[in-house]
Amino acid sequence: MADLYPIRVTVNGETHQCSVQPRTHLADFLRETLGLKGSHLGCEHGVCGACTVELNGHMVRGCLTLAVQADGGTVNTIEGVSRAGVIRDLQQAFVQRNALQCGFCTPGMLMAAKELIEQRPDASRAEVREWISGNYCRCTGYHAIVDAICEVLQHRRAATVRTEASA
Amino acid sequence: MKAAAFDYVKPRSLDQVISLLQEHGDDARLLAGGQSLLASLNMRLSEPRLLVDITGLDALRGISVQGGMLRIGALATHTEIEGSPLIAQAAPLLAAAAPHIAHRAIRNAGTWGGSIAHADPAAEWPACLLALGGTVVARGPKGERRIAADDFFQGLYATALEADEVLVAAEIPLATAENWFAFDELARRRGDYAIVGMAITGRRRGGVLADTRIVLMGVDSTPLRARRTEALLNGKTVDAAIAATAAASLRAEIEPLPDLTNSPGTKRHLAGVLLQRLLTRACA
Repeated sequence: MADLYPIRVTVNGETHQCSVQPRTHLADFLRETLGLKGSHLGCEHGVCGACTVELNGHMVRGCLTLAVQADGGTVNTIEGVSRAGVIRDLQQAFVQRNALQCGFCTPGMLMAAKELIEQRPDASRAEVREWISGNYCRCTGYHAIVDAICEVLQHRRAATVRTEASA
Repeated sequence: MKAAAFDYVKPRSLDQVISLLQEHGDDARLLAGGQSLLASLNMRLSEPRLLVDITGLDALRGISVQGGMLRIGALATHTEIEGSPLIAQAAPLLAAAAPHIAHRAIRNAGTWGGSIAHADPAAEWPACLLALGGTVVARGPKGERRIAADDFFQGLYATALEADEVLVAAEIPLATAENWFAFDELARRRGDYAIVGMAITGRRRGGVLADTRIVLMGVDSTPLRARRTEALLNGKTVDAAIAATAAASLRAEIEPLPDLTNSPGTKRHLAGVLLQRLLTRACA
């Protein structure tokens, strides 16, 4: 058995000091060590996107990142961003548009959509489809998910215009 | 599945990385972005004893112009390359190819140097480096050496790197107004490995082609140059007839390897389709 490796990582604003096996990937660390079960494991080889989390401000595959690689870093999970309220509109749009059925892909889908909305506020429908191509959904057929994300993009753009107009 | 157990070390110097490689040989693997390595560990296709994390080495970072060449550090991520204004200007082929690499979450972690050293014949960066006539910069116990992309890719996942060498950067000649490029892939789903992909570069003076390089992804055990078809295009001005002739030449020139779902015949056909499409687009 390999030696345990000490790490210090800030997850959803809270700093943890733990010792982990080097082979433990970030998604297992979050789920098993910290009890944050919102990041799901589908394929465990980087294909399905259900384990998508934010590491140092960028979304990554939780299953293709070792917990030791997060040492000294900052992680945000679906639990953290839900509690912070930063994707409330996205979550509401998913509910209203029936953008989930079983919900297994939803945390990863929301984490991916969050980065899209932040990085590409002017994304077209085609760009939305391309962006979420790394996240599998086996229930919805994707259209409702794309509808929900496009709706939020549109609302946020309109809100930005209103804010600028009143400024 | 879960990876088998391994030890992990994150050196603070390149010399330490090199001595670890010398000490552990084939039992050690370098870890950069890990986007190919961790998948193969999770599937237990590979069971190294030691992972040497090189992401603590700042000397391997950065995108800059040095000595008249574009130098891209091994640890530059695909996302950094995709969004770099310097890349867009000095090597626009890379900016065009980057969005084809897997998906955003993977591009945020995966690296330039990792992709080139891994030398997947279906991957974008090896093909682009070859198309751009780039050079790999490697550091080993005897110091630094440069390896031309034409000599670097030697077989399936096999390169000219020695077991105790680290790819620290790759350099690319700066694009000039005369240079042109084209890139596209055919895949069933955005972000999947291409069934066939193609990068073309060259110079164009008054419409006449010179120094053309055509590199194919996903057809052979390395990124593959189509030298006969390149020669056919040099000195020509592209029109619909030339594009059709070049596509026929390419189909005759290559002997594609099949993958799980696509036969050599399918790949041969699609390679011609891509070339004709890219040449037609270039002369439009």
